[in-house]
Amino acid sequence: MLDGLNWLLDPAHWTGSRGIPTRLLEHLAITGMTLLIAGVIALAAGLAIGHTRRGRGLVVGLSGALRAMPTLGLLVFIAVQFGFGVRLAIIPTLIVLVVLAIPPILAGAYAGVESVDPATVDASRALGLTEWQILWRVEFPLALPLIVGGLRSAMLQVVATATVAAYISLGGLGRFLFDALPLRDYPQMLAGALLVAALALILDLLFLLVGKAVLPTGVRAARGNRRSKTPTERTAA
Amino acid sequence: MIEFDGISKRFPDGTLAVDNFSLRLPSREITVFVGSSGSGKTTLLRMINRMVEPTSGRILIDDEDVASLNPVTLRRRIGYVMQNSGLLPHRTVLQNIATVPLLNRVPKAEAVARAHELMETVGLDSALAKRYPAELSGGQQQRVGVARGLAVNPNILLMDEPFGAVDPIVRRELQEELLRIQRELAKTIVFVTHDIDEAFLLGDHVTILSRGGHVAQHGSPDEILSNPASEFVADFIGADRGRRALTLRQSEGRTLVVDGTGRIAGVLGAETATGPVSVGAGGRDEHLGEITLGTEAADLPGLDTPGELGSSSEAPGVDTTSPNSGELGSENEAPEVDTTSPNSGELGSENEAPEVDTTR
Repeated sequence: MLDGLNWLLDPAHWTGSRGIPTRLLEHLAITGMTLLIAGVIALAAGLAIGHTRRGRGLVVGLSGALRAMPTLGLLVFIAVQFGFGVRLAIIPTLIVLVVLAIPPILAGAYAGVESVDPATVDASRALGLTEWQILWRVEFPLALPLIVGGLRSAMLQVVATATVAAYISLGGLGRFLFDALPLRDYPQMLAGALLVAALALILDLLFLLVGKAVLPTGVRAARGNRRSKTPTERTAA
Repeated sequence: MIEFDGISKRFPDGTLAVDNFSLRLPSREITVFVGSSGSGKTTLLRMINRMVEPTSGRILIDDEDVASLNPVTLRRRIGYVMQNSGLLPHRTVLQNIATVPLLNRVPKAEAVARAHELMETVGLDSALAKRYPAELSGGQQQRVGVARGLAVNPNILLMDEPFGAVDPIVRRELQEELLRIQRELAKTIVFVTHDIDEAFLLGDHVTILSRGGHVAQHGSPDEILSNPASEFVADFIGADRGRRALTLRQSEGRTLVVDGTGRIAGVLGAETATGPVSVGAGGRDEHLGEITLGTEAADLPGLDTPGELGSSSEAPGVDTTSPNSGELGSENEAPEVDTTSPNSGELGSENEAPEVDTTR
């Protein structure tokens, strides 16, 4: 443990293209890109499922089945199977990470929309809101806390799993792990693991704050009034 | 004018909710659909703004078939108030009221000014404008719901059991308020309820529906009460029992009105006793003591609907053998009155009652 900390404190490891800041940024970039792509796909599907109450079994089953494939195996398979795989290592990496990130975001989105009181949606429709207006002005804002919850859960998994990118010669914090493995450089491996864990914790906290910030004021008031009742917050995973 | 023309509705599960329903609802008056659950009343209401599509038949608003109109456009022209207010929880009172005007591209300042105006109309303190629905009482939420329904200044206002979820005292207030608003605005209101008292209080016209959207009777409250079309209607409005089966009883020179449960509903006022008699039904749990019937009656809880006053000869009489017939004060212990008793006491027979404590 101490060796790992010493490794981290060594100023030499904090500079250059192989230093901690560079790897951290690479890791963040991979995570960010993954969440962006997965977010677009999963939110679109999740909001559609939630609003129409259709296709849930199919989409959730499909995304769950994809998710069940071992990430490392899928990564290597895609990398060697397709021509671009090794040259553009980022593509297979993003594919496997997006597959990983979709189910929790999807669940957060449809659970969020489904959690909106049907009476509210019915009243909105009766007032003359179009389906799009119902989705964006009513369902989406009220679903936001659960949507952010889904993103948060996806982010944690992606941050931890993005280390595999290094397996097919990409950057990120996984570099420290995979580089140290053949050399049996345990202090560096430990340091790499600690960095991943710290990054995950910091990002988790960030998402927690965002999740609180997006809770609509009126909904917060409602929860305050019903403090005695248990909050009906569902975990998105 | 809203016209139902041979409307039927069969739901996908096979239930026939409405079967060949035809009716004309006059403009600028309140028509109440009343019936128990499964009578199709809400289904009928929701067909007017195309929240439910009929399986067959037409609905015309001012001779225009609603099926030919875009549902969104149609709904924005019609006010809608529902039971649990249906307010948007993430928007303030003001934003809720202004929702549809803003969607219709009414300038913001104008929509806000109008929303404030409407809050006043429905009796809401303007200090509540910035509150969220969850911070309001049930009654206040319903008022916001009504204000929102009126926001686009619609000719038609649909109300689906709007006061069903609030407590009786607040409901009473809201009903009075609605009548006041209606006197000012004169909208074509279609009101759905399962509460016959509410129907008689609010409705210019009342449609009593039985299962499958069949019209059991349609008419003014007076017509229905004085001449129930069938056993079903008589039973539904409770014409021959309870609070509406009123009989007169003389005691100490006063004429008491006794309801079907043997409770004193009130005292027939001297000024009204000679004229056309209007009698209110009394409270259920407590004696109201002395009631002067007439204009003041409106202030008393429960004095909402005209009761049916039985004449002395054909009145289902109060069983004179009941301990109840003696002192009124004993009623609490023995409220049993045999209304079907063959030896119907004549109203005059009560004169022997020694002491009647009308203040109890």
